Amino acid sequence: MTTTATRPIGARPRAAIEAKTLRTDRWWLAPLLTVIGLTAWVAYATFRVFMQADYWVGAYHYLTPFYSPCVSLGCVPEAAEFGRFLPDSPLIPYAALSLPFLLLFRLTCYYYRKAYYRSFWMSPPACAVPDGHGKYTGETRFPLIFQNAHRYAFYAAALISVINTWDAVLAMQSPSGFGFGLGNVILWINVIMLWAYTASCHSCRHIIGGRLKHFSKHPVRYKLWGFVSKLNTRHMGLAWTTLATLAITDFYIMAVSAGWINDLRFIG
Amino acid sequence: MTVRQFKVWRGDESGGQLNDYQVEVNEGEVVLDIIHRLQATQEPDLACRWNCKAGKCGSCSMEINGMPRLGCMTRMSTFEEDETITVTPLRTFPVIRDLVTDVSFNYQKALEMPAFAPPKDVEPGEYRMQQVDVERSQEFRKCIECFLCQNTCHVVRDHEENKLAFSGPRLFIRAAELDMHPLDARGDRKEIAQQQQGLGYCNITKCCTEVCPEHIKITDNAIIPMKERVVDRRYDPLVVFGRKILRRDQLTSTAVAEPAVHSGPVTVAEGAAPVNFSRPLSGPPGPEVNAAGHVNLNEMLSDRAAAASPFGDDITFPVDPKTLNYYHPGGADH
Amino acid sequence: MVNIEAHAYDVVVIGAGGAGLRAAIEARLAGKKVAIISKSLFGKAHTVMAEGGAAAAMGNVNSNDNWQVHFRDTMRGGKFLNNYRMAELHAKEAPDRIWELETYGALFDRTKDGKISQRNFGGHEYPRLAHVGDRTGLELIRTLQQKIVSLQQEDKAKFGDYQARIRVFAECTITELLLEGTGAKKRIAGAFGYYRESGEFVVFEAPAVVLATGGVGRSYKVTSNSWEYTGDGHALALRAGAKLINMEFLQFHPTGMVWPPSVRGILVTESVRGDGGILKNSEGKRFMFDYVPDVFRKQYAETPEEGDRWYTDPDNNRRPPELLPRDEVARAINSEVKAGRGTKAGGVYLDIASRRPAAEILKRLPSMYHQFKELADVDITAQPMEVGPTCHYVMGGVEVDPDTASAGVPGLYAAGEVSGGMHGSNRLGGNSLSDLLVFGKRAGEYAASYTDELAARPKIDDTQVAAAVEAALSPLTREGGENPYTLQSDLQDVMGTLVGIIRRKGELEDSLRQLAELRERIQKVGATGGRRYNPGWHLALDLRNMLVVSECTAKAALEREESRGGHTREDFPKMSATWRKVNLICSLSTEGGVDLAHQPIPTMTPELLGLFEQSELAKYMTEEELS
Ligand SMILES: Cc1cc2nc3c(=O)[nH]c(=O)nc-3n(C[C@H](O)[C@H](O)[C@H](O)COP(=O)(O)OP(=O)(O)OC[C@H]3O[C@@H](n4cnc5c(N)ncnc54)[C@H](O)[C@@H]3O)c2cc1C
Ligand code: SF4
Ligand code: SF4
Ligand code: FES
Ligand code: FES
Repeated sequence: MTTTATRPIGARPRAAIEAKTLRTDRWWLAPLLTVIGLTAWVAYATFRVFMQADYWVGAYHYLTPFYSPCVSLGCVPEAAEFGRFLPDSPLIPYAALSLPFLLLFRLTCYYYRKAYYRSFWMSPPACAVPDGHGKYTGETRFPLIFQNAHRYAFYAAALISVINTWDAVLAMQSPSGFGFGLGNVILWINVIMLWAYTASCHSCRHIIGGRLKHFSKHPVRYKLWGFVSKLNTRHMGLAWTTLATLAITDFYIMAVSAGWINDLRFIG
Repeated sequence: MTVRQFKVWRGDESGGQLNDYQVEVNEGEVVLDIIHRLQATQEPDLACRWNCKAGKCGSCSMEINGMPRLGCMTRMSTFEEDETITVTPLRTFPVIRDLVTDVSFNYQKALEMPAFAPPKDVEPGEYRMQQVDVERSQEFRKCIECFLCQNTCHVVRDHEENKLAFSGPRLFIRAAELDMHPLDARGDRKEIAQQQQGLGYCNITKCCTEVCPEHIKITDNAIIPMKERVVDRRYDPLVVFGRKILRRDQLTSTAVAEPAVHSGPVTVAEGAAPVNFSRPLSGPPGPEVNAAGHVNLNEMLSDRAAAASPFGDDITFPVDPKTLNYYHPGGADH
Repeated sequence: MVNIEAHAYDVVVIGAGGAGLRAAIEARLAGKKVAIISKSLFGKAHTVMAEGGAAAAMGNVNSNDNWQVHFRDTMRGGKFLNNYRMAELHAKEAPDRIWELETYGALFDRTKDGKISQRNFGGHEYPRLAHVGDRTGLELIRTLQQKIVSLQQEDKAKFGDYQARIRVFAECTITELLLEGTGAKKRIAGAFGYYRESGEFVVFEAPAVVLATGGVGRSYKVTSNSWEYTGDGHALALRAGAKLINMEFLQFHPTGMVWPPSVRGILVTESVRGDGGILKNSEGKRFMFDYVPDVFRKQYAETPEEGDRWYTDPDNNRRPPELLPRDEVARAINSEVKAGRGTKAGGVYLDIASRRPAAEILKRLPSMYHQFKELADVDITAQPMEVGPTCHYVMGGVEVDPDTASAGVPGLYAAGEVSGGMHGSNRLGGNSLSDLLVFGKRAGEYAASYTDELAARPKIDDTQVAAAVEAALSPLTREGGENPYTLQSDLQDVMGTLVGIIRRKGELEDSLRQLAELRERIQKVGATGGRRYNPGWHLALDLRNMLVVSECTAKAALEREESRGGHTREDFPKMSATWRKVNLICSLSTEGGVDLAHQPIPTMTPELLGLFEQSELAKYMTEEELS
């Protein structure tokens, strides 16, 4: 009887399948839509942020979220609830205090990461479709390791959501005191959606209760965690919904401010 | 009953091709049934793994029309009547033959992942856990180890070189399972996940979740929470501060029970085993190389027929049995 | 000669199911060097499919439960044909084995006070099955698998090698046991097999072998069993000189899926009935009330109202007849279908949709729901299922010593489904998983201590190896041999139609004739292709095992002239007290045929007998035994 190691050792080749992917469905549709959707939104937002006009409806105290908090010296004084201190320059957005954090919040958001890694980065464009890169290190090193800072962006975003809520409260007025119009409805929907999106954040879910080892010892946090978890399953939907509500709110206020339409008033 | 078009990849590590077949399909059948019919009627040696045919064992993983799926859970009725169905082996693992691949990567990674650490001073039968505390971990224990997630994950699917550093989603859910286990006594699971398993390589693109036949929310419920737990440990001063103030450190470990040593009726006399299995093994001998330092690929170039000796070429026979981890059945003098 | 890889181990465990893994853990804990061999990948053994739970009298849900009650239930279920000592050990040790699993990391469902939750199951007097949703088998095998990994990690820390003391040989089939000596001096020397992946042969030199290869269900067309269940362990034991016991008793699970046809045989777990599901015939009648046998009259409800109250108030009501032991339910369904009250596909309806709210069904039977939705596009929360009897479990198996699990041949041990005697003529649901753990542990423990006592390790006989190689290669070298798939299908036809759930003398005789013909044909089976992962070749090698086991079943079924548990003779519909005293034993004759012998069953000790009421024993035992 002889003894040999007949089993091959070391790396062995994979199946030699020529086609890069054999998927027959329209796997390219989702990344394509993402690219179109995000590009369109970013283009609109950039245009609006640097437009530095039509962001304020004085009569009803409407301030678009793209300019909140309005802290530039160029701001309409009544719109500047939190003081004016940033220099007025066409290159500095009026809300330069909040926008970077909001941008960071969305950039590091677990859902948006998925969305842009898949669409813009093609890493991978779709499941079982090869990614187009020679090397891949994921989020292990600079700069992508900073994705781990999402939690700070979340803290900031929660704060900014408070400001947005304050804006919505202040906006319930008219020249004659209390007031309520279609603009308020839109502002409130936007704020509620923003809160839903922010609360459904994965970091939030973790902080609220996810990090516990024994739920049974923290019944209240467990309840909250359950609630956030429910919201969390809709995080992707909320991410897109809030993009839409933000754009719509801004556009509506721009339209009223520029005088293209009149706000539909219910009270006042 | 209809006859449908199939393409099945046939071959082995030296190459292969998609073969065309026409196979009968009956109402209510799944792709695995068709593979079985192919075996029974046309290709008796078509290699394919399966066991339960009920989506419970995770053996029949394959790629159907390019998507990683379980053959036994893919109903034929989900395809168009005139559609050609392509069946290929998992791409990420070395192929053995036809639809069978070498999935040992996954077992190796499982071997390297520190196992459950039972708490000290809790006797068997004294374990008390609340249902709400075990539920999260239970979700991950549904895993049937089909390795579809491992196969789909682009980190290793498209980058073979990452296999060393990256354990893959199946092992991430195992990490999460143990970290969330109410009685696991290890406190360093997060560090292990980040440093040894390569959690950072995952870019949460969710393909693992998309293909998991058990519908485990791998990314949302395991990977992201683990990433957040790593942040707790390594990057978040607020949490660290909170822990200090409240003096409630949820995350430090309690004592770990000693490794299991048997206490039963069986007693082993010291040294009774005829072979000294604890003798450290020498490493495997390197392959035979030629003058240029290359492995001789061609037997013609080798100085002997057939393969090199598995014991290395510098060993002469007979070998002194005391140096081996092998005990000859005939006793020491053989 | 062909190249053969050789390994030396102290204990070789054939089978990586619950029994095999538990045995391996125990042998390793005793300091032995252990090999685990399995036909499929590690962690895919049949045990993953078990759904309902593992029975152990922990008394977590109903504190009246204890081992005596469990023992009583097991004996009743097995119609008193069980090896009483095995049933006793099983009932006593099962709780410890389950608790042990928790220290390995298992996560069972919990009760309110944090203990392991237990559920009701057919034939068990109290809620007794430790469970995890409806995937208990998966939990069990994964836990044991992970325990093995943890032991390997300990070895790595100590010896620098994960595989220093436990090595798993996945996708490796054992085709022959190697023996040393002849006659009374015969003992185990090792095992011979091939790697499925490469087709290369491998020899294990080992003084002790534990068989844990599971069952034989692949001999039937409608079966819940996978391709692995070809009775390899049974056949290996026979060829090594051990004996098989009770082979006529096969359990047909009452509720396997019958529609759609491709998923025929897949089980609908008993918990569907435990959680409120009822059986109806095509006329919409809840027929089980008509089929309660006299021995069970006292424990089962007589009206649907009483049965329904039992789910919420089990202490004051009797259980619904849907929870009768499996053979009774299988037989009832069979009778309904034969009487023309079945569905088109030959089954009956199992209805839980109209009895429980959808959310509750989803919560309690998640993987059942999942399975039906994905496999058959049937929504069990909205419509009834179509079910019928399916070959599920073999009660018979290798005759073993109850305490040591030794199979008679020195060095050979058997545990799990491959062993016989524990379940008598019928197995209660949930008793198998605990059986695996209890006797798996014992097999590993005694196999380990057997190797301690050896003066010298047995020697492998090269001529046996050469013969094994030749036998293994013969289908490949044979020109124009018969297609193994056709042969398997023919064998399944014979077994399914002639040795099925209801048996008759003439048909059984017929089956023996046909099996003899098949024996000739199987000797001439051929396989095309090479040695690497060639399923046709693998099947060709398994066929002879399936055949010899089928012969045992058919022979024993013809011999036993009564109906009991998993054996129903239409021509002898009654249970007979004189037949109860007899075990049928199969062994291999010198020409390779099957010999059948009668053997008296061991008498129960007075203490155990005292656990039963005299009136109950009277239903099973002869006058003479009772006095
Ligand atoms: C669908 C289904 C549901 C069930 N539900 C329950 C339940 O709820 N409760 C319960 O208690 N029981 C249940 N059972 C029964 C129970 O699952 C089995 O009886 C039990 O798992 C058998 O375990 P085992 O360890 O004996 O063998 P298995 O788990 O079947 O393992 C057999 C092993 O032996 C290996 N093997 C076989 N032949 C060879 C060979 N020649 N060479 C090498 N290796 C070989 C196989 O590869 C496999 O690893 C169920 C069974 C089925 C099919
Ligand atoms: S989410 Fe992460 S682990 Fe899952 S497939 Fe994507 S990269 Fe891999
Ligand atoms: S996590 Fe899901 S996809 Fe991955 S191995 Fe487990 S069951 Fe398969
Ligand atoms: S906002 Fe998307 S995950 Fe935090
Ligand atoms: S065969 Fe078990 S999962 Fe498909």
